[in-house]
Amino acid sequence: MKTENITDTSKRKFLGGAALTAGIVIAPGVLLQTVQAKPDDQPVTNKVRWGMLIDTNKCADDCTDCVTACNTENGLTGFERPETDSQWIRKVTLKDKQTGHVKTLPVMCQHCETAPCADVCPTGASFKREDGIVLVDKHICIGCRYCMMACPYKARSFVHEDLTDQKDHAPRGKGTVESCTMCVHKVDKGESPACVTACNKEHKAMYFGDLNDANSDISKRLKQYGGKQIRADLGLNPGVRYQGV
Amino acid sequence: MKLIRFASIDGNSNGYWALMALFAAFIMAALGSSYFMEHNGHWVTGMNNQIVWGLPHVFAVFLIVAASGALNVASIASVFNKKAYKPLARLSALLAIALLMGGLVVLVLDLGRPDRLIIAATIYNFKSIFAWNMILYSGFIGIVGVYLWTMMDQTVAKYNRVAGISAFIWRLMLTTGTGSIFGFLVARQGYDAAIMAPMFVIMSFAFGLAFFLLVLFAAYNGTKRELGDAIVLRLRKLLGVFVAAILYFVAVFHLTNLYATEHHGVEAFILRDGGIFTQLFWAQVVIGGLIPLALIFAPQLKNCRKSLALASVLVILGGLLQMYVIIIGGQAYPLQLFPGMEVSSSFFDGVVNSYTPSLAELMLGLGGVAITLIVVTLAVKALDLLPVSMADAVADPHHKD
Amino acid sequence: MVSWFQKNLQNVMLAVTALLLATSVNVNAEVAAPVVPKGKGEQCVEPTAEMRKNHMDMLKHQRDETVHNGVRTKKHALKECIACHVQPDDKGQVARFGEDEHFCSSCHNYAGVNVDCFQCHADRPQELIGKGHKIKPHHTADFKDKTINKDALQALTKVSK
Ligand code: HEC
Ligand code: HEC
Ligand code: HEC
Repeated sequence: MKTENITDTSKRKFLGGAALTAGIVIAPGVLLQTVQAKPDDQPVTNKVRWGMLIDTNKCADDCTDCVTACNTENGLTGFERPETDSQWIRKVTLKDKQTGHVKTLPVMCQHCETAPCADVCPTGASFKREDGIVLVDKHICIGCRYCMMACPYKARSFVHEDLTDQKDHAPRGKGTVESCTMCVHKVDKGESPACVTACNKEHKAMYFGDLNDANSDISKRLKQYGGKQIRADLGLNPGVRYQGV
Repeated sequence: MKLIRFASIDGNSNGYWALMALFAAFIMAALGSSYFMEHNGHWVTGMNNQIVWGLPHVFAVFLIVAASGALNVASIASVFNKKAYKPLARLSALLAIALLMGGLVVLVLDLGRPDRLIIAATIYNFKSIFAWNMILYSGFIGIVGVYLWTMMDQTVAKYNRVAGISAFIWRLMLTTGTGSIFGFLVARQGYDAAIMAPMFVIMSFAFGLAFFLLVLFAAYNGTKRELGDAIVLRLRKLLGVFVAAILYFVAVFHLTNLYATEHHGVEAFILRDGGIFTQLFWAQVVIGGLIPLALIFAPQLKNCRKSLALASVLVILGGLLQMYVIIIGGQAYPLQLFPGMEVSSSFFDGVVNSYTPSLAELMLGLGGVAITLIVVTLAVKALDLLPVSMADAVADPHHKD
Repeated sequence: MVSWFQKNLQNVMLAVTALLLATSVNVNAEVAAPVVPKGKGEQCVEPTAEMRKNHMDMLKHQRDETVHNGVRTKKHALKECIACHVQPDDKGQVARFGEDEHFCSSCHNYAGVNVDCFQCHADRPQELIGKGHKIKPHHTADFKDKTINKDALQALTKVSK
């Protein structure tokens, strides 16, 4: 029986040359994000490493726009059961025990370079894409939840019940584990993750881009101002960095 | 030494069938519970996004750990060549297989997608200790099966020692692997300790032997076959040593943790402030450790079977408590994302997570135990596993009191 | 990425299922055949016969390519199959997966094939999500008063060739 010799004969999309460039121009002369879209038929490569930078000084205490945007984009509706409902991104409030200083910041999958979830996953369903995005292949996830035990960031959720009316670009279903995908379906089209786009409407605390490209906005900022890792002691080299914590 | 005669049990008594019916009822309840959990999704259990492994894992890990320990008697006989244990080696190997089967069924029925078991069995991520464990588990059943065969079939008896040694090495790997499932979780304060793996090996010795003793007593009482004091006394002392060793490891585990400042929080949680987990921890020390030790070593009780049986029951209960404290307590203690900060969020950051096991989870776990017992009950009827007599004169002629 | 072993195992299983299917279809061939709803447009993404025979392999290949390699070609994408094949009927009703009227369950219900895809994937085009009725429990249909689609029948019997 013939299975694998079906070749993709689709006409290559050379429209617009090798790459499309998508950008959001905020103010004249200021290009906030420049993201290179790869052609649809090309696999991702490790030439890029997608990452995020979160400037917690700009993150407003009472703002949850990133969370709302994520929930809307990925259809995370929930059942009013906070303990079992999925949360891909959450606002965490920190209070310095000594000084009483309070700040808030969003925490989601940190897209580690050496991801513990991927290391422990028995079937390889948790994996890191070539471009650094850590994902669950829900087609081979058996729902053992070992990745949730291994994740230092509490970034993962288990789907505890039947879902209906999922978004067609974000399939989700009972019995599998899920987490922030860095909006991979948007990134592959050259767009930014939903949370970053939402944040940039007002507070502009989140940056998205290629950490491997020294000229990307995010790399330049990281070089200039630095960016902390949560639980740097674990040596996981996460793709999400924070300023001001 | 006289040749030991083995024979299957008749298994026609009312008692036998009553036992079978009881186990079958528990298994049905477990299957029903699993269906209920899978059909509705895990929200109907006590588990959630904070406590992701619940009571089923407590039972599953306990049974798997006990499985390798149940092989003790056989190992002592063929690896260390202690003749006195030879007659019981068959039962020991069979119980090991049965315990592992019970544990694995529970583990599988608690998966989010048990229907995808074929994937777990065919695609491996060799970096995952979990994947290695699946190989260790299936290998264990295979190797111990062969080992049992070399004990029961004269034509292959010459391979008995090789099979015995392989099984012994394999089972040490198996328990180390199971312990490492937790040892590898560096992010969780409660598990981050290299001592976890050897501690699991010691725990396996005690839990497995306790199970073995209870099965042995039940089999010999039920069939009215003779069971001499000599062998029971040996096993009694062995159990005592293992229980003491667990206490020792638990003490070392927590004392070394107290050296490291970063672990002070979780230690205070388990030992002092953790509410139910603290209570269960100390209950385990007393019920699963101190009382059994007293029952085992009190001179007045030296040949008292009932006290040994009670000690075995307590060791098993204590073992379940210990697993509960390790598995659930370790998850209840919050992950430290920002050390030194007070943390809060909509996703239960910075709070001690609560867990109330549901009936379905309990029944699933007990179903695993029932599977073990039904396999043993069926096997002693189908195969010549039990010596016709374990009277001192037969089993241990050189024994002197 | 599917390992070599799994791939082959799947093939064996597919072959066995196909064989079983072929025999079972032969038995009740005169009784009934599925009614496959028509899609939008003139033709499918591949020749129709090819689609009938190999859609599962295409989908699985595409699935791995998209999830692991970020390949986002539209031709074999499940989202696109649904966008084209699942359309409202004259009364504006959209069939839901599991019903005989839904494209992806029409043959499957008939042939007793179970797929889990729509536990996660949308069974309707995005713009119809939220509309339409709730999913009815799976039911095996009464084909008696429906026309027999010869093509579908052929496809079902020839599936292993
Ligand atoms: C447990 C949830 C789940 C199940 C069940 C599931 N998928 Fe998916 N599927 C996903 C997710 C998540 C993606 C990734 C979406 C993305 O990155 O855009 C995906 C992507 C895909 C894609 C690529 C995107 C597209 O629209 O073409 C294909 C093809 C696909 N799945 C096919 C299948 C098939 C066929 C089945 C049934 C045999 C199935 N899936 C079952 C979750 C699931
Ligand atoms: C552009 C619209 C379109 C898209 C996209 C499309 N199809 Fe089709 N498909 C059709 C049409 C039209 C037919 C009927 C062709 C005919 O009658 O010969 C068809 C026929 C089929 C058939 C045979 C049905 C029968 O009557 O026996 C199958 C199976 C099928 N499609 C599966 C798929 C799958 C799987 C995908 C996604 C990979 C897909 N189609 C995508 C339009 C589409
Ligand atoms: C023309 C009838 C027909 C239509 C329409 C059809 N299928 Fe199928 N499909 C089959 C048959 C028959 C099989 C079983 C093939 C086998 O087992 O060899 C099958 C098998 C499958 C499988 C593999 C199942 C497994 O167990 O591996 C998947 C996945 C699948 N179909 C997806 C789809 C999707 C998605 C659609 C809708 C876009 C669809 N099919 C529409 C006839 C159909």
